[in-house]
Amino acid sequence: MAIVLDRSHRWRVVAAHVFLICLCALVIFPFLVVISISLRPGNFATGSIIPDTISLEHWRFALGLPFQDANGRLVEPDLPVLRWLWNSVKVATLSALICLFLSTTAAYAFARMKFRGKKQALTGLMLMQMFPSVLALVAIYAIFDRIGNAFPAFGIDTHWALLLAYSGGIALHIWTIKGYYDTIPYEIEEAAKVDGATPWQAFRLVLLPMAVPILMVVFLLAFIGAIIEYPVASILLKRQDLLTMAVGSKMFLYDQKYLWGDFAAAAILSGLPITIVFMLAQKWMISGLTAGGIKG
Amino acid sequence: MSDATLTPPAKAERRWLAPTLLALVIVAALYLVVVVYATGEVLLALTLLVIAALAVWIYSAKATYAFRYLFPGIAAALVFVVFPMLYTITIGFTNYSSRNLLEFPRAEAYFLSDTFRAEGSSYEFSLHPAGAEYRGRLVDAESGAAFQFGPLALAADRRLEVAAEPEPAGAAALPEPVTLKELIGHQKALKGITVALPDGRKVGMAGLREFAAVQPLWVKRPDGSLKNQENGSVIRANPVSGFFETEAGEKLQPGFQVGIGWDNYRRIFTEARFREPFVRIFVWTVLFSALTVLFASSLGMLLAVLLNWDALRFKGSYRMLLFLPYAVPGFISILVFKGLFNQNVGEINLILSSLFGIKPQWFSDPLLAKVMLLIVNTWLGFPYMMVICMGLIKAIPADLYEASAVAGAGPLTNFWSITLPLVLKPLTPLLISSFAFNFNNFVLIALLTGGRPDFIDTSVPAGTTDLLVSYTYRIAFQDSGQNYGLAAAISTVIFLMVAAVSLVQMRFTKVVEDEKR
Repeated sequence: MAIVLDRSHRWRVVAAHVFLICLCALVIFPFLVVISISLRPGNFATGSIIPDTISLEHWRFALGLPFQDANGRLVEPDLPVLRWLWNSVKVATLSALICLFLSTTAAYAFARMKFRGKKQALTGLMLMQMFPSVLALVAIYAIFDRIGNAFPAFGIDTHWALLLAYSGGIALHIWTIKGYYDTIPYEIEEAAKVDGATPWQAFRLVLLPMAVPILMVVFLLAFIGAIIEYPVASILLKRQDLLTMAVGSKMFLYDQKYLWGDFAAAAILSGLPITIVFMLAQKWMISGLTAGGIKG
Repeated sequence: MSDATLTPPAKAERRWLAPTLLALVIVAALYLVVVVYATGEVLLALTLLVIAALAVWIYSAKATYAFRYLFPGIAAALVFVVFPMLYTITIGFTNYSSRNLLEFPRAEAYFLSDTFRAEGSSYEFSLHPAGAEYRGRLVDAESGAAFQFGPLALAADRRLEVAAEPEPAGAAALPEPVTLKELIGHQKALKGITVALPDGRKVGMAGLREFAAVQPLWVKRPDGSLKNQENGSVIRANPVSGFFETEAGEKLQPGFQVGIGWDNYRRIFTEARFREPFVRIFVWTVLFSALTVLFASSLGMLLAVLLNWDALRFKGSYRMLLFLPYAVPGFISILVFKGLFNQNVGEINLILSSLFGIKPQWFSDPLLAKVMLLIVNTWLGFPYMMVICMGLIKAIPADLYEASAVAGAGPLTNFWSITLPLVLKPLTPLLISSFAFNFNNFVLIALLTGGRPDFIDTSVPAGTTDLLVSYTYRIAFQDSGQNYGLAAAISTVIFLMVAAVSLVQMRFTKVVEDEKR
């Protein structure tokens, strides 16, 4: 680029920096406030960003430890934050594993085998993920209500119901993994087959080890997807000790019961690990997210 | 691809294993289907049967080898994604709601298990806790003989018959009976219990502390109607209204599910009390999605242009900070904003009131609530657009800018005549899918405003900030009516809208793909 540095150019650089710094401040502001609030005593306390007195009561609340309130009484936390976090991690891990199993095998067939209706099935998967599950909530509720009549362990208000409901959302993952398989040369598997390997052995012992990076991406995508999922979890889970973090967090901010400080601590506790994972994996994530585009 | 991929694996050494396994699977699946069928869930039993049959065929036939890999994933997607969508459409044609919750056989069984007090002796009743469950104790008022039943869990809306055992002489006394208050709390559940005494008589709850001999209240007659044993009246199931009705036409609870054709759609589109909120909410939904896409993509594009500017330093740090809203889980940032925007104690109003002396009513003023939603959604959405635009701008050949610099063009001219036209085309499909996403952005509404403030001039509860999806959710799961049928009908309408948007998007994507080739 031809560079002629004049005064208007310098001025523009400064203006850009000012604009970006203001915007960054706007982006960071909520997070700073939340950190500050989690350390202030009381749920309605106001004050400067750097708290005058530091109190760990909200953190004790989030961790389920009893704490002393302003009147000196010992208070037992009444919202099981750690329990919700554990529920979220449990459901998300299992759901990500299930999704991974279902989508790697299906993607293998799509990438390496010939069968009738393959093209239609791939287009169908594409269409499927355009309709969000929030549109089918009534039916999902009715279905699990029925399943619950026959198998109470898989009905409304169980984690199994949630896992089953999440297991269908694999369309995008199949496309992502298939796209990656397509980039791995088929000759390597063919060589293994010439040596007498079955298709299953070629898949498990030759292709899968080479696809580990994409499997990790898909695992993380599915994991984060399950952690932040709200609509389906909100209709399938009712009992307080079964809720996931996404559904339970709502309970902090009711008008009648406004636990702003406790929420701040719980939000940092649950949000920070996910954010860090996301930031670390963002490069893969974004390539994974855009790889879902129509390729054929 | 060679034919070798289609050959099934050689399994000479395990020749007996596969058939045995297959037989076991078939037996287990059939057992499961029978168990489910016995609970009365015919549809579920059929689904299981079809899945099991397909599985057996696919994993035993040679011609279906490729499907062995596809089956688990495709079956899960069909059962838990495609089927719920089709089922939603079906529910849209029924009167399924909290008033017509049960299917006909279950509603009929409910009536047939209803009882009334008949001639006979009465029993003094007391309820005793037994861990998390309860035991009941009955004492014959005349002979003084005592019986016990349970322990059992008490759940309302369920009818069951339990057998009572004579209390053994010298048995340890039961714990203290529950208080009257607790007893009243369990009254509904207790009313559903019929106790069979050892001599074959059946007794049911006659008063809070009394059980007495009971008889079935309704008897089914050959023509399908039910006759009241106590007063001789007759009720008949009405397959149009979905209720058992007396001869005078009075509807009896519980109702049952029946198909009602296009009635739900007629209500949405012709009845004023449903059409009016529907149209208003639809307009706001479109406006909300369009403005969100506009704001988020403009801001994202501006930032992408700035962050691709060679003269600027610290680009990496800016990029990382500005990416943050995308990395933080949505439900957390939305709830954080809910707290920050709180009208009385929220930090935003504290700052505004100390700077300008104003306290905007973010949650009770319809316009401000909408403004707040757009601010929050732009904050949430711009980083994605920024990252996408940065990638697209990087792909623009640098010699275009060199040529324009030679021609003496300024940055604005560069943007409008080089960057924007070249970025906009590949960006369009993403803008459309972002529109479709925000059209159904249920989580934002549910967590931030819950659709409130509500319209004050509509007879159906509907909110000024409700999107169509959150309106549907309200009808189905929050309002007292729990009108699943109507909610499913509205969902079906949204399906059609999303399908239309998707068609447009695929057309644009195709244009982009074709040009790349």
